[in-house]
Amino acid sequence: MFSAVFGSVEQGIIYAIMALGVYLTFRVLDFPDLTVDGSFVTGAAVAATMIVFDYHPLVATLTAILVGFFAGCITGLLHTKGKINPLLSGILMMIALYSINLRIMGLTSENSVGRPNIPLLNSETIFSKFQGFWSNLGIDETINGFLAGLGLEHLPTTWGTVVLMILVVVIIKFIADWFLQTEVGLAIRATGDNKKMIRSFSANTDTLVILGLGISNALVAFAGSLIAQYGKFADNGMGIGMIIIGLASVIIGEAIFGTKTIFRTTLAVVIGAVIYRIVLGLSLRVKILDSGDMKLITAVIVIAALIIPQILEKRREKARKAKRQAKRMAMKSSQGGHSVVEAGSSQ
Amino acid sequence: MLKLDQVNKIFNESTPDEKVALDQINLHLQPGDFVTVIGSNGAGKSTMMNMISGALTPDFGSIYIDNKDVTRLAEFKRSKMIGRVFQDPMSGTAPTMTIEENLAMAYSRNRRRSLHRGVDKKRKDLFRTSLETLHLNLENRMTANVGLLSGGERQALSLLMATFTQPSILLLDEHTAALDPSRAELITDLTKRLVEKDQLTTLMVTHNMQQALDLGNRLIMMDKGQIILEVEEEQKQHLTIAKLMDEFQRIRGEQLTSDAALLSV
Repeated sequence: MFSAVFGSVEQGIIYAIMALGVYLTFRVLDFPDLTVDGSFVTGAAVAATMIVFDYHPLVATLTAILVGFFAGCITGLLHTKGKINPLLSGILMMIALYSINLRIMGLTSENSVGRPNIPLLNSETIFSKFQGFWSNLGIDETINGFLAGLGLEHLPTTWGTVVLMILVVVIIKFIADWFLQTEVGLAIRATGDNKKMIRSFSANTDTLVILGLGISNALVAFAGSLIAQYGKFADNGMGIGMIIIGLASVIIGEAIFGTKTIFRTTLAVVIGAVIYRIVLGLSLRVKILDSGDMKLITAVIVIAALIIPQILEKRREKARKAKRQAKRMAMKSSQGGHSVVEAGSSQ
Repeated sequence: MLKLDQVNKIFNESTPDEKVALDQINLHLQPGDFVTVIGSNGAGKSTMMNMISGALTPDFGSIYIDNKDVTRLAEFKRSKMIGRVFQDPMSGTAPTMTIEENLAMAYSRNRRRSLHRGVDKKRKDLFRTSLETLHLNLENRMTANVGLLSGGERQALSLLMATFTQPSILLLDEHTAALDPSRAELITDLTKRLVEKDQLTTLMVTHNMQQALDLGNRLIMMDKGQIILEVEEEQKQHLTIAKLMDEFQRIRGEQLTSDAALLSV
């Protein structure tokens, strides 16, 4: 049980980077960007291919981020300059990336142009590099020793991955918070809020949309490259439904933590991604469910996250109304049944 | 300051819906001019405003701002020089962002947007002093989302934002039309105050004839895509609604009808 949840948390934190990207387009820019399904794999494919070619994993990851940025920019160009509907530009880019990703991974095999997957079993990854540094610190033994003392079994082999990822995600979160408060960030937010208004304040909304999509897909590709290194394989099918997973994280997080400030919302998105993974991980432990049911479970989680807050809100509203009505009735009866409506106070 | 030279616009050309929106419009605003524009629906007032702001481009003719030909200049570039307030109070502000963030965006209008913090301590003080001039107590709600403000408050904020960087041209497109009479009066007063303070060159479209007479130093009347009447400073001071109506009848040979007449009182 503990190890299953631990694995979910590890993955959830990596997926949180993607969720932040989805938040940027879906919520901030108000642009439902389906490029994500493709650019996630692009990140994985670029990183895996470069790692196979013996590049340093860090270089491979940075390149993946850059390629993701370009993919997002192209979606933005399709929408702003090509005047293609947002959903359609995303879908077009996603479908184009499917083939491009095969080609990218195909670079690693000599006798075919396309390749559907790359295993990274014996390759160095960011995580294995970090592990080399981490294991010398001896923190794992300390924590596990402490937890074993509490009577927990099946302890994780290392805490390095989760510590590294928390560090990375926290940094990205704070950069995102800062960026969305800068002059450019404000203009991007206004582009999603009221295009007409921000254009009248001399902001080029086309450029801002392109930039926003670029940054978002850079984050998504980053997550993709990390998932490939974490799972030690890149596969052309690993991006299917990624946008829904991102959405699920955003919606779950917002439903639980609210959206009062940017700081809180980005935190909500990160935690939402982790919660989603935990829920998914736990539901897969139910005997009758198979890992092939994952997408169905995802759909159910998203539907629940969308509908339950509505029901709760309606209930709360009803309770509020009933309370107010009761108060009014009480007041009426104390005034002797007369209710006075003032006329002519407004024109 | 602002010059329209032979500006033409036809919508849906060579279809049964063809409509001449602007027909050879010539208009020249001197620095500091405050011109009110009246005319019934479909007269071409809004088209003219959109033409100046760059939302539409003329079929023929040229537009100059500060002696620069801006006819083909993109809307967002042109808006460095133009402040705009729209009819719909929802249009001029970003509802999910705070009052201070909205002001920060207005503040960045004629600067290059950088990675500088939008709302820093220094700007906050500046925003607070400006908000105090509105007397709407908004200076104490600077971190509230603009979506929570009433229509009148939003329109006041829009007006402040539009004039914040002292644009070369201020365009007001029926900016009090969606408000109740008392709010409209408040915004009208505020308009007067802000325009006078910086001597802004202003073009204001209105359906309210009294407002058109009260504000500004010049008045133009439009009908069917043409400017049919131009009233200069001295004549305007003696102008009344009745005189305006008579004038329209004399020029067009028909009664001034539709909403312009209904809304005149």
